[in-house]
Amino acid sequence: MADVSARLDVRTYTGFRAITLLCLCILYAPLLVVTIYSFNSSNSIAAWEGFSLRWYVDVFTGPESAKFKLAAWNSFVIAIVAASVSTAIATLAATGMIRAGKFRLRMLSAGLISLPLMVPEIVTAVATLIFFNAIGFDRGLMTIVLAHIAFCIPFAYLPIAARMQGIDDSFEQAALDLYATRRQAFTRILLPLMAPGIISGFLLAFIVSLDDFIITNFVKGAGVETLPTAIFGAVKQGIKPNIMAISTLLLSVSVVMVTISYFVSKTDKTN
Amino acid sequence: MAAGAPGGGSTVANTYEKARTWLLLPSWLVLLGLSLIPVIMMLVYSFLTKEFRGGVIWEFSLAAYDQFFFDRGLFGDEPPSIEWTYITIFWRSFWQAGTATLLSLAIGFPTAYFIATRPAGSRAIWVFLITIPYWVNLLIRTVSMKFLLRDQGPLNQVLMSLGLIDSPLHMVNTNFAVQLGLFYSYLPFMVLPIYAAVERYDFSLSEAAADLYASRWVTLRRVLLPAVKPGIIAGCILVFVPSLGSFLAPDLLGGAKNYMIGSLIEEQFKGNAGNWPFGAAASMILLTIVLIILLLFARQQTRHERKEA
Repeated sequence: MADVSARLDVRTYTGFRAITLLCLCILYAPLLVVTIYSFNSSNSIAAWEGFSLRWYVDVFTGPESAKFKLAAWNSFVIAIVAASVSTAIATLAATGMIRAGKFRLRMLSAGLISLPLMVPEIVTAVATLIFFNAIGFDRGLMTIVLAHIAFCIPFAYLPIAARMQGIDDSFEQAALDLYATRRQAFTRILLPLMAPGIISGFLLAFIVSLDDFIITNFVKGAGVETLPTAIFGAVKQGIKPNIMAISTLLLSVSVVMVTISYFVSKTDKTN
Repeated sequence: MAAGAPGGGSTVANTYEKARTWLLLPSWLVLLGLSLIPVIMMLVYSFLTKEFRGGVIWEFSLAAYDQFFFDRGLFGDEPPSIEWTYITIFWRSFWQAGTATLLSLAIGFPTAYFIATRPAGSRAIWVFLITIPYWVNLLIRTVSMKFLLRDQGPLNQVLMSLGLIDSPLHMVNTNFAVQLGLFYSYLPFMVLPIYAAVERYDFSLSEAAADLYASRWVTLRRVLLPAVKPGIIAGCILVFVPSLGSFLAPDLLGGAKNYMIGSLIEEQFKGNAGNWPFGAAASMILLTIVLIILLLFARQQTRHERKEA
């Protein structure tokens, strides 16, 4: 027994637990503080004066509510369209990359798919702006959607490809042996097995699109705002309590979505 | 599987082989059109002449790169000397990103190690706890950090009420705030690769070292660290590279004195300076540096894999 505990002891380093807890404190303290202060009844952000929901009411009915509602709607539409299109493209690409055997352009294809991950975000923003300018494409909602589709592809691709690699192709082979057409083997066998990967890919792409500030800020047309660009514009004049309420709402959306994605992948493993 | 089916004669691979081009075509089109070609266009624009209120005139010019590296006096007629303004901004970005990377490593390594040595069942929950904040909007996280660090902010209030300090610590608009902001932005990128490496690590090596009377810190330094080095290097790259070109943390937490590459580039397109070729040239220089780092990293990883095999 003593032997076992001595062996376990090799793994533990004093202080590592404390550093981990410190790490979690640093990660969560700013978010908790903003969440708490979003319920402050005071007009100023400096002092706590008591619990109130007035800033949440302000978000939905206050003088700036129209601006933020429109920005939120834009963000939502962009994220839905960009995530759907990039997930569809990534699913097809993953099938071609993983199921179709080796081929000559495979390395090049893989490089192309990971390109948006390697190029710094600000460089992508500059390049996309210049591209739209060079071809004379007017900046607006459409340019944001197109830019988001491109940089969401690798984020959708990663979980989808990982899932597809884990699925043995004997299921599809069995279907083909039983005279299923190729289309049936794809839509009835592979796609349902792929569902958890596709859902994770979609959620990832959705959050990445919702999160983006820099690229959006470069390629958006004048007057078109998404939630991050609207918040950034407001924060430049100083942090106000209504911004904290909006932030808390957006923060909750992200946390809920990540939690769902976590449990989707978890139930998937237990099956 | 290999010989094929008796009836249709199709295997999975040759089924998809025929459709391969169609499967890959959409991703090729989108990524060529919206990622690769724009970068090439950016290269072209960096060699064009600037138009004063933004945009370019289609006339070849080296002015952007010249402005970046050489100082030719106010009227451009003096003999060129090295222009330090932009090199200093790049250098500061390297310094800030490097410090943020070391900070992430100092806190991220023990965290990753601690998580990887938890019982298998609870590891996923720890990883989940570390990654949740990452999925919260980066802008909101950065604004939250600024709110926390303000002179009259909650952190100063807590420190003062504990009697640790008498007057508020001035943290916003300092280098430290930017480093903390970068650390906060990219920490999971440090923790996850190291966690994956430690999880694969064979602890019987540590036990063998302990049996040979190595102290625990010697074991850590001489046995564990070399084994998980690829994970550490991957983590450092994944934090350093996005930090180098980041915009939000230096802009919101750093102020004008702590200018970094991201702000320099942004200003050329969004601000009043409005020099597109110069912004494109600065972006090209940043991209070149990043690609060199990634290339060195890829070579190092393949060398390590070959050694393992």
